Amino acid sequence: MGDPTASSTELTGGAVGRRRFLTFLVAAPTLTLATTDLAPDSAAAASVDVAAGLPGLPQPADIMDLGDVLILAGTPTAHLLVLEVTEDGEAHFELPRAEVGQGITTAVAMLVAEELDLPLAKVRVRLADARPELLMNQLTGGSNTIRSVYGPVRRAAAAARARLVAAAGARWDLAPGLLATRDGAVVAPDGRTASYGSLTSLAATLPLPGLTAKPKPESEHTLVGTPTSRVDARAMVTGAMRYTLDLDVAGAMPTMVRRPPTINGTVRSVDNEAEVRAMPGVIDLAVVPTGVAVMAETFGQAQDAKDALDVTWNGGTVDSLSDAGIRKRLRAAALPFAVPPLLTRYVDAEFDFAFVSHAPLETNCAIADVREDRAEIWAGLKSPIVARQTIAAAIGLPEGRVTVHVRQSGGSFGRRLFFDGALEAAQISKAMARPVKLMWSRIDDMRHGRARPATHHKIRATYALGRVLTYEHRVAAVETDLRHGLGEILTATAAGLPVAGNLSFAQTVFLTTVKVPYDFGVVTELLNEVPLKMHTASWRSVYSANTRGAEEILVDELAKKMGRDPVAFRRAFLKTDRQRRVLDKVAAEGDWGRAMPAGFAQGVGFHDEYQSCTACLVEIDARDPGEPRVVRAVIAADVGRPINPRGLEAQLLGGLTDAISTTLRAGLHIDRGLPLEGSYSQFHYARQKDSPSDVRIFIMPAGGEPGGAGELGVPAAVGAIANAYARATGIRPRSFPINFDVDFTPFPR
Amino acid sequence: MPAYTFAVNGRTVTVDAPADMPLLWVLRDRLGVTGPKYGCGIDVCKACTSHLDGEAINPCVVAVSEVAGREVTTIEGLADGDALHPVQEAWLEQDVAQCGYCQPGQIMAAVALLRKTANPTDAEIDAIQNVCRCGTYVRIREAIKRAAAKM
Repeated sequence: MGDPTASSTELTGGAVGRRRFLTFLVAAPTLTLATTDLAPDSAAAASVDVAAGLPGLPQPADIMDLGDVLILAGTPTAHLLVLEVTEDGEAHFELPRAEVGQGITTAVAMLVAEELDLPLAKVRVRLADARPELLMNQLTGGSNTIRSVYGPVRRAAAAARARLVAAAGARWDLAPGLLATRDGAVVAPDGRTASYGSLTSLAATLPLPGLTAKPKPESEHTLVGTPTSRVDARAMVTGAMRYTLDLDVAGAMPTMVRRPPTINGTVRSVDNEAEVRAMPGVIDLAVVPTGVAVMAETFGQAQDAKDALDVTWNGGTVDSLSDAGIRKRLRAAALPFAVPPLLTRYVDAEFDFAFVSHAPLETNCAIADVREDRAEIWAGLKSPIVARQTIAAAIGLPEGRVTVHVRQSGGSFGRRLFFDGALEAAQISKAMARPVKLMWSRIDDMRHGRARPATHHKIRATYALGRVLTYEHRVAAVETDLRHGLGEILTATAAGLPVAGNLSFAQTVFLTTVKVPYDFGVVTELLNEVPLKMHTASWRSVYSANTRGAEEILVDELAKKMGRDPVAFRRAFLKTDRQRRVLDKVAAEGDWGRAMPAGFAQGVGFHDEYQSCTACLVEIDARDPGEPRVVRAVIAADVGRPINPRGLEAQLLGGLTDAISTTLRAGLHIDRGLPLEGSYSQFHYARQKDSPSDVRIFIMPAGGEPGGAGELGVPAAVGAIANAYARATGIRPRSFPINFDVDFTPFPR
Repeated sequence: MPAYTFAVNGRTVTVDAPADMPLLWVLRDRLGVTGPKYGCGIDVCKACTSHLDGEAINPCVVAVSEVAGREVTTIEGLADGDALHPVQEAWLEQDVAQCGYCQPGQIMAAVALLRKTANPTDAEIDAIQNVCRCGTYVRIREAIKRAAAKM
């Protein structure tokens, strides 16, 4: 980038508040812009105002949630988002986030198209390579992409439009105020038009010191807020979409790794190397920290060869550990309640949740080309900057010699926050001195990949005279690995965090993501972690699927004890009218309370996170408690400002399916240091037959800034499904997934 | 090594390969046909679903020797030039895909089902085993019904 030409821009407006930001003109032959906030919003200050109006004491997440933390950390580099208008009239935007199916490239393209008055088909959003100068602004997580880029992308595009208009004005000798933009062109009052493509060179070079620009008022949006299909849908349905392993990188040959019989085991010796090297198609073999890598002409041959390896292994880090032992340790770790149930009536409950594989359909994979003096990596990466740093250190190259390309990938659900596939591919490439195309087998992905940690929950609520007096939730969890750059972000924003004391990163994340949406008097929610050396990672909604899911179950039981209907009870205790409107919507649309045949029941759940809230009402067929099926679902969500309602509905649908799976059947059994499950025939993620055929989703009208929505759908649906199951069967679910037999023969270790 | 000649998406190909090499790797690693995806390798996730003489198969468990002299169709061969198959169109209309990785297999499974039965029942749609980890099943069902109505 060259020296920026600064032009000051001022934006004033009621909802947004007074801000000043600069528009930088990056030296380029065509118009390329980036914007910066000079006075970023104080996310904390803004949210405190909201929290001040809530009944009951605010919890940390009411004051400042994890999303606010991410936005704050990313603000100093928000001006480095780059938008280019090309000579063929397209707008190209480099998004420093990972698209993994959540639809952010479509939503961001919509924002650019809206602000530029350009057809959506002329906007190209590509994923940026790892850009270390972005510091903490290249992490995809916390349902934060739209929240964090909504302002900066619109400002960049608005500045670009203003420059294009100014260029047309200069060409025609007309005041810019007389000109309009439409359909990718500037239009003069006399009907003359100039396409953006014809103006972009001039717009890039014109000195415009006093240029002002501000994004359109949201009331003028015609594309943003309307249901829009994915920009990459055609590539997906024709097979043209190129995922990491579909790339043709010169010389990168199929490679797989033989992994140990227990988690984190290591190679002591390879006992039949010569024999395996002589197998059909085998090209090379190397011992790496995670196992024995085999490269072959095809993945089928690589798999045959790695299966044929005779390896002597050193032990792993949790070899003697099985589910029973883990559960025992979690129960011991749960902190005691503060309030003894002496003088009041109370409800107590304990819950257990199993490990859950992220299981994205595209297994862990990467391409790496490591040379003497440089390296190039291709992978689906949600934290590419940390990946680049770690890989550079591991292969002994300066960071500046490592290029990391972020590829669109086949699902994540939190999994691709970690870059273990990319790191392993780099280590193999260095060891073999060749480019490698690394793929994990499904079995390895489930057993040696990452998982949502098992958790144990103790909840106690005391009540009297129709009021809930105290509410305590003690969570004990196997440690969730958050070492993907979040630590740096939390450290950098520590002064602004609404949590006091010397909390761990995990406790801070817990407190900035989990809150009780009800006015339950004195509320405490505490996390205590058990550090076990296993491969874990945040799983869609981090702690909330389990923590808030369990709470929604307890809320039903509390309502029953207090003689109230579950919807009426929630309605009475929710803190805001906005929340009540969402609950009312599902109760009305789902015909709450309608008569159901024996074995069927309705259930309801509610959840509030990242400035969004949702309610879910399901109907379950549990005539056979061993094979329940959710047959109908009604979901309502208020996300503040939906950018693409169609994509938002897809996210809620995904959250519902995740909840169906993990509540009823999908989990991992840990047996002597390794998950037993090794494929979808054993890890029972929902299939078509487990999915309801009748799902209706209602998006509440826009009113404010966008909230987070990518993970929102899971916790409410977990509660709704468990509550429906309890009402249909009379069985109070306490351990999840509810049906969790080992109904298969495990694959050999 | 034996040579096997068969058709892929209307093009005749000859491949030198061991008889038991799974078709998936012949397609992906030898022929560069990457539409069929690996998801499990054992006919469980169905992400690689393609057609052999018009019937749904899972190339991860079909040996190359079994396809000699026959017609293999992958997702890349479904459209007629730029004109999409009605099932692909229905997929676009319902905006089914999220991450998209399973969708070539889902579409090929749906096309095979609609070939057998013009108006599939919910129970017949339920019988589709293809895993969608993003959980797009509701839209898949709607798209199949929409395509059925079109065809």
